Amino acid sequence: MIDQKLIEHIAKLARLKITPLEATEYGQQLTKVLNHFQEIDKINTQGVEPLVTPTDIEFYERADEVHKRYSAEDMVANAPEKAGQLFKVPPVV
Amino acid sequence: MDLLKATFKQVSDAVQTKKVSAVEVTKFFLSRIENLNPQLNAFIAVNSKALDEAQAIDEKVKKNESVGPLAGVPFGIKDMLCTKGLRTTAGSKILENFIPPYDATVVSRLRNAGVTILGKLNQDEFAMGSSNETSFFGNCKNPWNTAFVPGGSSGGSAAAQAARLAMGTIGTDTGGSIRQPASFCGIVGIKPTYGRVSRYGIIAFASSLDQAGPMVSSVEDAAVCLEAICGHDPMDSTTSQRKVPSFSSELSSNVKGMRIGVVKEYASGRMHPDVEKTYSLALEKLKQLGAVVIEVSIPLTEFAVPMYYLIAASEASSNLARYDGVKYGFRADFKDLSSMSLDDFYSETRGQGFGAEVKRRIMLGTHCLSSGYYDAYYNKAGQVRRLMRDQYIEVFKSCDVILSPVTTSPAFKLGERSSDPLTMYMNDIFTTSTNLAGLTGMSVPFGMSADKLPIGIQLTGAHFEEQKVLNVAYALENVSSVKLEVPHVY
Repeated sequence: MIDQKLIEHIAKLARLKITPLEATEYGQQLTKVLNHFQEIDKINTQGVEPLVTPTDIEFYERADEVHKRYSAEDMVANAPEKAGQLFKVPPVV
Repeated sequence: MDLLKATFKQVSDAVQTKKVSAVEVTKFFLSRIENLNPQLNAFIAVNSKALDEAQAIDEKVKKNESVGPLAGVPFGIKDMLCTKGLRTTAGSKILENFIPPYDATVVSRLRNAGVTILGKLNQDEFAMGSSNETSFFGNCKNPWNTAFVPGGSSGGSAAAQAARLAMGTIGTDTGGSIRQPASFCGIVGIKPTYGRVSRYGIIAFASSLDQAGPMVSSVEDAAVCLEAICGHDPMDSTTSQRKVPSFSSELSSNVKGMRIGVVKEYASGRMHPDVEKTYSLALEKLKQLGAVVIEVSIPLTEFAVPMYYLIAASEASSNLARYDGVKYGFRADFKDLSSMSLDDFYSETRGQGFGAEVKRRIMLGTHCLSSGYYDAYYNKAGQVRRLMRDQYIEVFKSCDVILSPVTTSPAFKLGERSSDPLTMYMNDIFTTSTNLAGLTGMSVPFGMSADKLPIGIQLTGAHFEEQKVLNVAYALENVSSVKLEVPHVY
């Protein structure tokens, strides 16, 4: 059961502001979805390594070199607010 | 030359022998977009430099320079793939104004092959959806009947291709997002094996599941396009270094002796009678062509949807953490930054920037990865994933390709299923296991419902066995009774 307290906790972890209406809706929907999804509990997975990359990918190496492919101007061009080449954010110290 | 019917090879050959110019071809499709897109909302950005790109191809041809196997073939690209200088949004408000400084590898490989880019295609927000209804840029419509969804998440790609607003399109597939809309719109779509195509420059949804692939009008075009985009990329460490076969020259409709697997567990599901009919007909035709049909069992496929949503939402919650209003994309309108906390800054921006379905999945994924729940959800799903993948590997020792429906029904009406997330998620029952196991999967048009909506057939192949899947699809395409039908918006 995903109650309102848990929903608020999850939203805080996700840095996601949600309205009280959304909180109620998500609480109900996630409860329903997770109840249904709990059916995977039935499967015995003792000692099984979780799978992340589904195909066998051969390891390869490349030289760890710095390439100057883009200018700093290009990289900050999409910033919503900037000062020169710096991103503007709220005070962090 | 009838550009509505021509193959990639025919157009490319004609451009290279100056029978038609790349500019003429591009103009033809740009004018179709102008005329027909308002009915469909498939394109959400048109490339203002498309004609310049075509001009550059023609100039190379004039100077006898090499131009590549897709010379002058115009493509539309799903808005999940970065296109240098051309707005890329993932269908989200949070990237509404994002102009990528670089091309995704898939896009740069297409350009190297001679493709011109017409524009960017509508999709569900961050590819989270099966109907294209979660896009910030509005619904995309099915060209066969505009009251119906085109499917999703690559709905814009499927609709644009079906209505021939482009010669070819690219989609991405995390849990069926190429195959399901391809089936709903009556086109050919293939999701390559995980690791076949570079994910560099593709906006990440679920990194262990995402793959891009062609959404086109014929199996031959799919093969030609795959040759251009597949192969190792130093910019994506999960791409395979295996040699890419020459899919198009090895294309064969001879399926004599091929072993076609039919999954026992799929028989119990409820299916629309027209889907059932299409599926039975495909099996019958393959038998007539000399293929051997055998029953196979993949018991854990029953758990594919829960596994998929637990894993995909978890990976998404992590991948989407980057949208913070700092470096690029949408930022909430703050009057005074100096008096607020960084946490409030992030939360407000993300709360306003993401749509409802994306927020729901971020919440689900964050919960699955959080302390106290990680083992029960994310870890457990990963363990079952290994067991299911191993069942598939075993099954592919006794069959070459698995045949199944793509979805349980043809396209549904706009608004019909979007209110209940669980119902929407359960639509993905036939497609998600392919991504979880990293296999290749394809949809090829093979039937038509009583109310004139296309129905595709799904072919699933073992890791890196795209050729077998293409060949069975090619055989089915050859005997398909629907291949000459065209949609209402055309």
